[in-house]
Formats: sequence, C-alpha cells, structure tokens
Amino acid sequence: MDSPSPINPNKPYATSPIGFVQTRYVTFEEGLTLECGEVLAPLTLAYETYGALNEDKTNAIVIEHALTGDAHVAGIYTNQDKKPGWWEDMVGPDKAFDTNKYFIICSNILGGCKGSTGPSSINPKTNKPYGLSFPAITISDMVNAQIKLLDYLGISKVLSVAGGSMGGMQALDWFIRHPERIHSAIPIATTVIHSPQQIAFNEVGRQAIMSDPEWNEGNYYETGQPAKGLAVARMLGHITYMSDVSMKEKFGRETRKADKPFKFTAEFEVESYLHYNGGTFVNRFDANTYLYITKAMDMYDPTGGKKLAEVLKGNSAKLLVISFESDWLYPTYQSLDIIRACKAAGVDVSFMEIESTYGHDAFLIEFDDQARLIKNFLKRVTEMTRKGDGYEI
Amino acid sequence: MKSNKLERVDYQFILDVVTPNANVLDLGCGDGLLLELLAHRKEVKGLGLEIEDSCIHSCMEKGLSVLHMDLDTGLVDFPDKSFDYVILNQTLQQLKEPHKVLEEGMRVGHHIIVGFPNFCHISARCSIFFTGRVPITRSLPYNWYDTPNLHFLSILDFEIYCQRKGFRIENSFFYSENSPVGVFPNLLARDAIFVLSR
Repeated sequence: MDSPSPINPNKPYATSPIGFVQTRYVTFEEGLTLECGEVLAPLTLAYETYGALNEDKTNAIVIEHALTGDAHVAGIYTNQDKKPGWWEDMVGPDKAFDTNKYFIICSNILGGCKGSTGPSSINPKTNKPYGLSFPAITISDMVNAQIKLLDYLGISKVLSVAGGSMGGMQALDWFIRHPERIHSAIPIATTVIHSPQQIAFNEVGRQAIMSDPEWNEGNYYETGQPAKGLAVARMLGHITYMSDVSMKEKFGRETRKADKPFKFTAEFEVESYLHYNGGTFVNRFDANTYLYITKAMDMYDPTGGKKLAEVLKGNSAKLLVISFESDWLYPTYQSLDIIRACKAAGVDVSFMEIESTYGHDAFLIEFDDQARLIKNFLKRVTEMTRKGDGYEI
Repeated sequence: MKSNKLERVDYQFILDVVTPNANVLDLGCGDGLLLELLAHRKEVKGLGLEIEDSCIHSCMEKGLSVLHMDLDTGLVDFPDKSFDYVILNQTLQQLKEPHKVLEEGMRVGHHIIVGFPNFCHISARCSIFFTGRVPITRSLPYNWYDTPNLHFLSILDFEIYCQRKGFRIENSFFYSENSPVGVFPNLLARDAIFVLSR
C-alpha cells in the first residue's frame, strides 16, 4: 500500500521539510513474551522519531504502519532518495502530525522485515533465519513490543496513537488493551475484526506464496524468495487497495504495444502496473513476513467473545475514527461498528467518512480532510491533557 | 458562567433551559455553534451528529465530538436515558421519519428540545390564500423543488401530536425575526421550540 507510481529513473531526488532522518535500533535481550506463550528473545525494533520530545515527555504520538509499511514515515535518508517516507504529507512542520509540537514515533512491527525481529531474522538457537520456526504473532504482540519501546524511551503516556489499515488495528488494540498508556487513538480505514471477505483475500495471497515451489516451507533464505508467489500476493493486494473508479481513472483500458505473436503478456496498463508492483515488492519484502502478519490480522479479535461495547465500557481515552467512502476492503460499516459500540459504552468518539474514490489506498492519498480532522483532534486532546480537568483516568 | 445575551433568541432559550454539566446530544448540530456555546457557558458534555462534511470539520475545529452519520438512524445505539437533553433544533422537518426519531429521542434523552419552522405563520397562510402559491418565507426560504424540508407542520399540529403521544410539554418558546412572540403563536410565530419529556 505504498505510493503506487513506478519509480522513474529520471525522477528528481526527493526533498522533505522534515529533512534527513535515520532509523534507530533497540534490542531487548530479555525479549518479549508472546500471546502464544513463547518468549521471543532477543527482540530488536527498528524505529524512527521526528520532532522533539518535550521535557515532561507528554507530547509523544505513536504512528502505526500498515501491512507492507515500515518505520520510515517521513523525511529522507540521503539527498539521493527518490521518495520520502510513506506518510510524508501527514508528518512534518505544520502538518497534521506537526513536528513543531509533537514527538512522533514509528517502529517497524514485530514480525516485520524492515529492521525489527521477524521470520527473516537470525534465530540465535540455530544461527539461521527463523523461517517457520518463528512463533505465531498477534496484533497485540506487535503493540506489546511497542510498549517496550515506549518504556525504553521513558514515555509513560502518549497523546495519541494513529494508523491506517493494519496500523488502525494496532491503534485499536492500544485503545482497547492499554487505555492507560494513551490519551487518544486515531484508527483509520480499519476494523476491530476481519470479515470473511478480508480473510479470504489474505488467504489467496498466502496460498500464492505457499504454492510457489521456491517457498520451500519457508526455507528460502539461501536460495531466494518465492518471487512469483509473493508477486501474485502483492498484485491481489493492490487490486483490493484500489476501487473500480480509481482503476478506471488511473488505467482506463489503455494498452501497451503487445509482443507479437500474442502470448498473454501484459497488454493493458493495469496489467503492467500490477506486474511492475508485484515485481518490485519482491525486492523489498519478505514472503514469510507476509504470511505471519496477514495471519495476525485475520486472527485478531480483541473482544474475547464479548460484545465490543462491553469491552469499551469505562474507557476514557478519546477516539477519532476515519473511513473512506470507496474503501471496499475496510468498508465504512466496519468503522460504524466501532462507533456503535462506543455509543453504547459512552466512549467519547468522533467519526467522519471522507469522500474519496481511491478505495482503501485513500488513507495514503487523501490528505486534505484527513489532515484537517487529525490536526483539530490532536489540538483538542493536547488542550485536555494540559487542563488535566478530569480527563485523566 | 457568562450572562451576556446571545444574538440568536433560539440559542438563548436553549441555553437557559439546559442545566449546567448536562450530557447533551445535538442531532443535526450544523457547524457546532450551539454545542460550543453550551460547552463554554454551561460546561455541558456535548456530542453532535451531522451529515454535512463541512460541518464535521467546523465542529472538530471547535473541539467538539461529532459523528458523521445519518440522523434518522443516528440514535439507535445509544442506551436508554444516556443524555440529559437531546436537541433537534431546525432538524425535525428534514428527517425522513420524524416520529421515529422523536420516539428514539425520548428513549435516549431525559428531555428533548425540538425547534421547527411554523408552516401556518400568517405570511404562509396569506401566500396560499391570496396568491395561490406555496409559501416562501423567512423561516421557509426554499422553492418546492429544492427544499430540504420533507415535513410541514404547524405549532398546533405539534401540540396535538405531543398530546396524542403522551409527551409532556415542559416549556415552549415562540419567535419571529429573532424576537419572542407572546400571543397567537400559531399565527404570529415563524418558529417554535418545545421542551418535552415523558
């Protein structure tokens, strides 16, 4: 779900008002006890921060990345970078997540492949990559890992935790299980629980990977990725991130010069786009990570069999829920399910469905409404915490 | 609490009715001006429901909690008596099913405050009687083809409705051109506000 434009070699170098940033790493030797009971040790988290932490450490905001994102939310690493971080338009001076005011933290998720411990990391017991010996992880495990990072940074309570898609599921997990660590949460284009349709799309992606002989039961780190399977998974993903309208607008039925004779090569622009993005994805993403974290999303259910409203009762953190009109992967009704539970539980919540034709990708594209909502919401949350007028638990 | 009078008499009336620190739901809260006043002057805990995108932003700018949703179905999930006041000011006539929303309002609120334009104001009556045309008045400024108003009612209609439904009229306020109307409200008031309970 990254910026969908293929990289043009002539594309100018990216600039960013936030300037140069760097990824940091912290390793917790004692590791993390996972929900499945196993201890994953050591645990390394890759993270980036933007803006400055104030003296009393009260201006921190956690941003959560989506399925294939990373800790690099904003800024550039070098002046040779072709693109800035994945939410550059939302994070920076005077932006929605204003780095003049807030200290922004984003870490690569547990199970990821962008610097945090995941299936491609070395298992200290075997000195080989974990592969399928990596334990099953959950959305809550990802959040628990981030709580270790907060403790390490000496931050007891954050102003907000925000994210779209899987990042939104993590934001909801903070809200549901760790309300004492947050003043507010901003789940965007997300759900509390995956629908059969969402699980089905993920399963097709996983099957594409696992049916590629190169996958080899997850043991491919010496021989190379199951490139074909992972590319197909990514192609399917891209279809679900767009909408009928956005695809029509972006590609129409434009064709490229086809090879003669006809051999099912990519003729339509949309085919070429999917091929290109599937192909580049293989170079930057680990197939086993894709399996582990899509499963973590599918399995996620923070209700423990109860009604969501019951789970939310007494929660005094504030919530801003955002959905997008044409998002059929995480449809608005799933956000409204959250709203309904909040209404019944008396949780302080605001909600907007933003008009957009971009489908699920909208949270990475539609910045005007999104930024305006978030900016005002964060302003209010900041004022409330300053007043300390009973809004603290 | 400040005592300076407001420019809008309907807002002033509602402000006088609502008790301090109350829990208030404003159905069709518009740009959130009323909720903001109530928050500042009566320290209410407010929530707005709105369907207009621009209004959602205005409310958020004012630091209010607001939900972007259909008003006709917006009350359904709130528990019984979860608000001290449910406000429907100048919203009723635009709802698809006002009777259901009033019933729901009574369920979720201890009191409901309902404001609407009086379709039987003398200017409207004159327009129909003398010109033979559907009235376009200051409180009903739309043409038949572009009006958002789906229901047309008079003050008398509403009073009869309340009687039939067993809604108790706790208070009422009638006004025209931003001034109170004391006598013959169904003839002389362009707008009315009722405070109801059951």
